Amino acid sequence: MKTSYLDFEQSVAELEGKVEELRALNQPGIEEDIRRLEVKARKELQRIYSKLSAWQTVQVARHPQRPYTLDYVAALFEDVQMLAGDRAYADDPAIVGGLARFHGHGIVWIGQQKGRDTKEKIQRNFGMPRPEGYRKALRLMRLAERFQLPLFTFIDTPGAYPGIGAEERGQSEAIARNLAVMSDLGVPILATVIGEGGSGGALAIGVADRLLMLEYSVYSVISPEGCASILWKDAAQAETAADNLGITARRLHGLGLVDEVVPEPLGGAQRDPEAVFRELDQRLQSHLGQLLGQDKGKLLSNRYERLMHYGVVGAA
Amino acid sequence: MSWFDRVLPPKIKKGPEQPLVKEGGRRSSVPEGLWSKCPTCQAVLYRTELEANLFVCPHCGHHQRLTARQRLHHFLDPEPRLELGAELIPVDPLRFKDQKKYKDRLQEAQEKSGEKDALVAMRGFLKGQPVVVAAFAFEFMGGSMGSVVGARFVKAAEAAMVERCPFICFSASGGARMQEGLFSLMQMAKTAAAVERLAKMGIPYISVLTDPTMGGVSASLATLGDILIAEPRALIGFAGPRVIEQTIREKLPEGFQRSEYLLEHGAIDQIVDRRQLRDRIAEIVAILSHGERAV
Repeated sequence: MKTSYLDFEQSVAELEGKVEELRALNQPGIEEDIRRLEVKARKELQRIYSKLSAWQTVQVARHPQRPYTLDYVAALFEDVQMLAGDRAYADDPAIVGGLARFHGHGIVWIGQQKGRDTKEKIQRNFGMPRPEGYRKALRLMRLAERFQLPLFTFIDTPGAYPGIGAEERGQSEAIARNLAVMSDLGVPILATVIGEGGSGGALAIGVADRLLMLEYSVYSVISPEGCASILWKDAAQAETAADNLGITARRLHGLGLVDEVVPEPLGGAQRDPEAVFRELDQRLQSHLGQLLGQDKGKLLSNRYERLMHYGVVGAA
Repeated sequence: MSWFDRVLPPKIKKGPEQPLVKEGGRRSSVPEGLWSKCPTCQAVLYRTELEANLFVCPHCGHHQRLTARQRLHHFLDPEPRLELGAELIPVDPLRFKDQKKYKDRLQEAQEKSGEKDALVAMRGFLKGQPVVVAAFAFEFMGGSMGSVVGARFVKAAEAAMVERCPFICFSASGGARMQEGLFSLMQMAKTAAAVERLAKMGIPYISVLTDPTMGGVSASLATLGDILIAEPRALIGFAGPRVIEQTIREKLPEGFQRSEYLLEHGAIDQIVDRRQLRDRIAEIVAILSHGERAV
C-alpha cells in the first residue's frame, strides 16, 4: 500500500519518494545512496515526531491508513464472532462487537469502526454511532456480565452522530445508559483509545477498570474544531484549541486520567501495525491478569472509587 | 429592556426581593424593574405577579429560566434547608486560555451570578418529606459541567444515600465545560455511576429537564432518572440544533428537541407545568418510597 503523508510530513515524503525512485531504477552500485537517504528520511521523521504538537497528533490519530478496531480484533483475538443488532431498531455498522478468545480466554469485544474506502466510510457513518449502535454495545456488555467474560473496548470515533433520527431515538439516553451500566458491570473492562476519542460518543464504551491510549491517539471533551468555533468563534483556531484542551496520550497520562500509554512505531501505527499489535497485546494481557485476580466486589468498588476520583476541585 | 423599565427611578428598581434574582448583567428576560414583557406573547407583566407565578407568564404559559437558587427556593419547603458542597470550588487544571483565561472567566461568572460554580445542592423537605435537591445554575457559564458540578452532584447523591431519601435534580446546561477538558468529560461517567448506585439502593432519582439540557449533561445524569419530567417547551438533546443543521444540511422539523417532541418520541415520562411541579413530584416520590400520601 502506498503511504499517505500528512501535511507536516512532506519533507519525509520527498525523501522516501526519492528512495522509491532509486529502487525502481534497479541499478547496481546505488545501494549506498539508497541507504543514506533512508537514514536521512528516518532522522527527519524522528525530528518531526519528537516535537509533535497536539494538533499534529490529531492528524495522526485520524490518519486514513491507521489500523481500525477490526484490524486490532483480527490481530489480537482468535475465534472471532461478530454479533449484530440492538434487538429493537437496527444494526449500526459504526459499532462492531462480538465474542472472541484472547490467549485462550473467552471475551466480549466492542469498538467503533471507521471505513477505509468511500463506500465503507458512508456505510459506517465515518465511525459516528447512532443510538442503536450504543444499544447494541449495551446488549453485548450485559452478555459479557451474564456469562462472566471480560470486556475489551476499542475507541475510535469523531463522536456520536448528530442527526435528526439519532436525536429522535434518544442519543443522549443511549450514551447515558451505557455509562451507568458500565460503572457497575460485574466483569473486568479494558478500554483502549486507538485513534480518535471523540467526547461522549467515545466515553459511551469507555468506562473501564483500565484505560489505555495509543501514543498518537487523542481523547477530548470536544473536537478541537468544535471548541475553536465556540470559544474563538473561528474553526481555524483548532490548533490553539487542541493545545489548550490537553488531548494527547502523554498529557492525559500526566493528568492521571489514563493508565498507560502504548508506544507506537515512529511515524504512527500505520507504519508498522504488527509492532503496535504486539505492544498492545502484551499490555492488555498483563492488565487482564491483574483484573482477573480480583474478586467481583473488589473489582466494582475499585471501579467506583476510580470514577469518584475523576476531577480536580479546590476547597473554599 | 422595555421603555418603562428604563424610566423607572433606581429606588423602585431595587425591590426587596432583589437578592433572589441574580441575573444582573446578563441579557435576561427577568427585569430589574417592576414591569417586564413576556418574550413569547409580549404581554406586560408585573414583577410581583410574575414571581408569584414562578416566572411563568400568566397569559401564554411561557416558562422563563430560573436561577439555581430561585429554583430551590420555590421548590423546597421554606425550612429547614442545608446547602451541600458549597465548599467545593473550581480550579483551572489545564491552565486553559481561549480569548480569555479560564480563571478570569470563572471570576467573572462568580461575580455575575453570585455562585461559585454551576450546580447548587441542598438537603431539605418537599411537603414534609425529606429530599435532596440539586439545581443547575445556567446563569453560571451556561450551566456547564466541570469538576465542581460533578463533585457536588455526587455529594448530593451520597447525602441521599445516607438519608435514604429521594434525590431530585433540575438540569439546565449547555453540556460539559470545555475549559476543563477531559476532566469534564469524565464527570459524565462519575455522575452516571452515582446515579447507578442510587438505583441499586432503591432510592428514587427524579430528573427534571429544564430549558436547555444539552450535550454531556443530557447524555449522563439528566436522562438517567427513574422518572424524567420536562418543563414545557424546554430544549433537550444531545447535539445542538446548529450542529445538526450543519451536519445534515437540512432545516430541522418544527419543535425539534422540544419537550413536546421528546414526549411524542417516548424519551420522557411527563411534561409538567412549573406551577404543578412541587405537587407532582411530591406525589411521585411518596409512592416510590412507600410514603404517606403527600399533603
